[in-house]
Amino acid sequence: MTTTVNTLRSGDAPDFYVRDEVAHEGGSTALGFWIYLMSDCLIFAVLFATYGVLSTSYAAGPTPKELFDLPLVAVNTSMLLLSSITYGFAMLAMERGRTGQTQAWLAITGLFGLAFLGIELTEFAHMIHEGAGPWRSAFLSSFFTLVGTHGLHVTFGTVWLVTLMVQVARRGLIPANRRRLMCLSMFWHFLDVIWIGVFTYVYLMGVLR
Amino acid sequence: MSRYRAIALLPVMAALSGCNLVVLNPSGDVASQQGDLVVISTLLMLLIIVPVMALTVLFAWRYRQSNSTARYEPDWDHSTQLELVIWAAPLLIIICLGAITWVATHKLDPYRPLDRIAADKPIAAGAKPLDVQVVALDWKWLFVYPEYGIASVNEMAAPVDRPIRFSITASTVMNSFYVPALAGQVYAMPGMETKLHAVINQAGTYKGFSANYSGAGFSHMRFAFHGLSDADFGGWVAKVKADGGALDRNGYLTLEQPSENAPVQHFGKVDPELFKAVVNMCVRPGTLCMSDMAAIDAAGGLNAGGLAAVNGLMKASALTAWPDGRSATGLCTVAEAVDAAAAPIAGADLRPSFTPSSAPSTGYPGGAPRLANP
Amino acid sequence: MFDISSLTHFVFGRLSLESLPYHEPILVATFAAVMLGGAALVAGLTYFKLWGYLWTEWLTSVDHKRIGIMYMILGLVMLLRGFADAVMMRIQQAIAFNGSEGYLPAHHYDQVFTAHGVIMIFFVAMPLVTGLMNYVVPLQIGARDVSFPFLNNFSFWMTVGGAVLVMMSLFIGEFARTGWLAYPPLSGLEASPDVGVDYYIWALQVAGVGTTLSGINLICTIVKMRAPGMTMMKMPVFTWTSLCTNVLIVASFPILTAVLVLLSLDRYVGTHFFTNDMGGNPMMYVNLIWIWGHPEVYILILPCFGIFSEVTSTFSGKKLFGYTSMVYATVVITILSYLVWLHHFFTMGSGASVNSFFGITTMIISIPTGAKIFNWLFTMYRGRIRFELPMMWTIAFMLTFVIGGMTGVLLAVPPADFVLHNSLFLIAHFHNVIIGGVLFGLFAGIAYWWPKAFGFKLNVFWGKLSFWFWVVGFYAAFMPLYVLGLMGVTRRLRVFEDPSLQIWFVIAAIGAALIAAGIGCFLIQIAYSVWKREELREVTGDPWDGRTLEWATSSPPPGYNFAFTPVIHDNDAWWDMKKRGYKRPLEGFRPIHMPSNTGTGVILAGISVAFGFAMIWHIWWLAALSFLGLLAVAIGHTFNYNRDFHIPVDDVIRTESERTRQLSGQVQA
Repeated sequence: MTTTVNTLRSGDAPDFYVRDEVAHEGGSTALGFWIYLMSDCLIFAVLFATYGVLSTSYAAGPTPKELFDLPLVAVNTSMLLLSSITYGFAMLAMERGRTGQTQAWLAITGLFGLAFLGIELTEFAHMIHEGAGPWRSAFLSSFFTLVGTHGLHVTFGTVWLVTLMVQVARRGLIPANRRRLMCLSMFWHFLDVIWIGVFTYVYLMGVLR
Repeated sequence: MSRYRAIALLPVMAALSGCNLVVLNPSGDVASQQGDLVVISTLLMLLIIVPVMALTVLFAWRYRQSNSTARYEPDWDHSTQLELVIWAAPLLIIICLGAITWVATHKLDPYRPLDRIAADKPIAAGAKPLDVQVVALDWKWLFVYPEYGIASVNEMAAPVDRPIRFSITASTVMNSFYVPALAGQVYAMPGMETKLHAVINQAGTYKGFSANYSGAGFSHMRFAFHGLSDADFGGWVAKVKADGGALDRNGYLTLEQPSENAPVQHFGKVDPELFKAVVNMCVRPGTLCMSDMAAIDAAGGLNAGGLAAVNGLMKASALTAWPDGRSATGLCTVAEAVDAAAAPIAGADLRPSFTPSSAPSTGYPGGAPRLANP
Repeated sequence: MFDISSLTHFVFGRLSLESLPYHEPILVATFAAVMLGGAALVAGLTYFKLWGYLWTEWLTSVDHKRIGIMYMILGLVMLLRGFADAVMMRIQQAIAFNGSEGYLPAHHYDQVFTAHGVIMIFFVAMPLVTGLMNYVVPLQIGARDVSFPFLNNFSFWMTVGGAVLVMMSLFIGEFARTGWLAYPPLSGLEASPDVGVDYYIWALQVAGVGTTLSGINLICTIVKMRAPGMTMMKMPVFTWTSLCTNVLIVASFPILTAVLVLLSLDRYVGTHFFTNDMGGNPMMYVNLIWIWGHPEVYILILPCFGIFSEVTSTFSGKKLFGYTSMVYATVVITILSYLVWLHHFFTMGSGASVNSFFGITTMIISIPTGAKIFNWLFTMYRGRIRFELPMMWTIAFMLTFVIGGMTGVLLAVPPADFVLHNSLFLIAHFHNVIIGGVLFGLFAGIAYWWPKAFGFKLNVFWGKLSFWFWVVGFYAAFMPLYVLGLMGVTRRLRVFEDPSLQIWFVIAAIGAALIAAGIGCFLIQIAYSVWKREELREVTGDPWDGRTLEWATSSPPPGYNFAFTPVIHDNDAWWDMKKRGYKRPLEGFRPIHMPSNTGTGVILAGISVAFGFAMIWHIWWLAALSFLGLLAVAIGHTFNYNRDFHIPVDDVIRTESERTRQLSGQVQA
């Protein structure tokens, strides 16, 4: 927040105040957002732990082996991974100051996000239709909650993405908007990392078990 | 100031001597060891607490502003030796206390069978502990004596100097089984079985209660614990046998209904499988026992056909009000469910993989109560 | 078929006329009193035309100082509610003997002790601690505001929103009857089908959002906004403890959020996380909630340790002894607080090794805590101790807290815990550390920083009276509970059989009455001091011969805190400045960049309350509507890019010359 410490000295006493300071807006945003992500990460940690404890409590009900459709989940995973890459392209375009390109990549990212959500909802609907809803067993409760919470995050990310696209359209790549795109970028990649955890721990290990 | 404090404490001490500090003066060997531990730990900590309190008062008095004769060193803020002492002193006490804790916690583990009756009394060779099955109900206590086939509500008895092995569970919510004169408490939790080993050394009637709030009738959830001589205990058992009717599953389901201030009841005959059914939450006919459920889960679940069958069973037993057209099926046991499951799939024999003894304890963080195996 | 009952059910959910407790005289009287008080307040505000002022200067303020003060007001108001619950319990337990059922039926009594715990922790201790941190930390580090001023305002109003939901439960429906941590299965749908637990869940969720965000905010503030020269090891101890507390908040409140979400799913969706059947595991809730719950008590006590450090050093006229070890002790406590949670349920049948592990980690925490006590002790050693109110609270703390610490370590010995768990001994222990530590610390802090916040000192007579009532009242109220615990008396009992216990409960009730007098004297002290504020006026900005930066500016500080950002050369920055002939700058002022006020925080919190209320009463249309409203307002807020302004240089000059005039007046007088 502050810049130069004036070297002028009055008598023996050292300088006790900054004379010419320049205010920087939003200097703490990146740190603040990181800390927020870590706190969100803890929520996921609890959900993972819960899943860990309950993942074999099928209550004489369906097991991961019967329920999970790995090829579908693999497609879904690729949707999210691709969306992270395209978001990366959006950020590169932003760095080069190309508004149109940024917007285009953001739109593609959003579409991948929607595709991910669509596939996930299909999977959920299918499971519930088969009688394997979250109320069927503790395993399914924790499965739906963990995966669903991630899905909710992606939903919010998508809403946020659309909001930012409107804002970029209105004001261009001004510093405030760049900062916001940066935050969403961290959020989006964070969800990707969480999903890799979900894919490995829930789906792969569930089917392998 | 500290002198006044001591004088002020005198009436407190006098008052204390008049009341019954049962935690420090219990009548069972386990509780007295626990009580001793309370005293020893306190004394150990007083070694450091008393000097700190004295120094606080001393420094506050000595270095008060009006005392201009005391030394004043406004910039003195560090002394390596002193820092070493102030970290080392508590550390040493905690090392001692930690060692005591480790040893005592293992020695007094409620799951561990007793190795003595009292400080000077070893357990007689071949002595068999008295088994008591405890069920915390809303809001009363049920005690089942499998050895004698009797049960009682809100009253229990045990012979003096015979080890008691409690198996504890609850019907709906968490309670804590506690007889302060006998031994420390252990939680009573639905669907789980906890253990407690204890012995009563003096005849007498002691208070027992739930030490964990469990709802509206909690305050009245008390029972009398009678420590009796062998002869008196025999008499008690005979009285219970003579008094009461039978406690079968239907009787239990009636008893289980919430009630407050429940009177003492005796049952001369008890369904020997009752406690196991309570722990496994399958007293009501037609419900799948948790142990069987765990066995199915451990075997990797059921296939689709079995699922449909068990789903019907689960709906019948599901406690949570869930609005769907649930209907009880004719399936009452796992065997039937498995038969139904296996039927449409030729050659699939699921049954051998269901060894009930392989029922796992669902992974409780911190190694907690074991799901009872059938 | 769409009949009238399904229509009312659609519109009002579970809410009906029967939900109003008009048949409970105590609640009706309370309701009347609250309504009268509220009406008087509204009338007063309208009569003096203060609504506009209140809205623009306070409710929408993003100034950390005003938000801090509002947190304190919230905490004190809720203290009255929480304490009323305590008095009701004490009276019930003092009279419910010899077959008497007392005056509270179980349905009411069980709500009272639950509400007491929830309110005292979440809506008294938390707001008071957060309020002090909010007020003091930016001043101590020489900043003009926190990192995210709007978020700060929003956090505060979310905390208020939670408090509003708890207060609503008093008059519409009921509160939880589960104990303050709402263990399932008791808090599950089966055992608690009513709205009580839902009030509990949504009040904590709404307030929890505020707490977490304010934690993030203060961490950023401390990490990013320190004045030049203030390295980490030159931060005031209160700032250090605040940093650790906020790290704890951010690293523990999400766990509470998550576990309450799981409980809500069990109640609303029919999942099986904590149910008895279908593979659910109630003990998992107990584990998770204590993984939050134990750090929570350190969240409360650490800032108070900071307050005691500042106070001891200031009033002993001495540098704090062992600054470095104080800092390390704080950090060690922060980390260890995550490794002890299981000591809250040794009696649930964990194995001996697990119990020993958690028992010993708990004991280890007493080592850094002990070091802290010694540090304060040796700060007093060879000092010149002025027994002003903050120092009196500190001495009372040191004598009281060590007893609580000792009984705490005792409870950490698993076999000892088996006989004392859930007993009144435990109740006495945690009130011993929370009143003797947190509350005494807060009173010390209030007396210490009050002149900074308002420009006049607090009256000493009423303060001392309050002090003695509190201290004596505390001992009278809680020492009997230690004794009762050793007599094997458990907590949360409504009626008793053994008449020999009654005398102890009567003494405890008398103690509660003394504490009531202490609270009364405290309120009188504030009212009297406000009335006599001209006599108590303090214009130097440094009434206690302070040592840290907050004393370098005027009292109350201007909106921008410091006209020039200070440069730090020493731990006790202001002491150092005074010693080395610091001269207050009189010219060269510049316009100052500040955040603008906004009403978004109030609006969002208001909608959150509506959302919580709708969820509690199953009014689904309102829940959907308010949720969409939340989204819309939040998104709308991001379209506002004009969030700051510059204080014109003329205003700065005017403010600073006024201070110059005041200071010179002081010299002449």
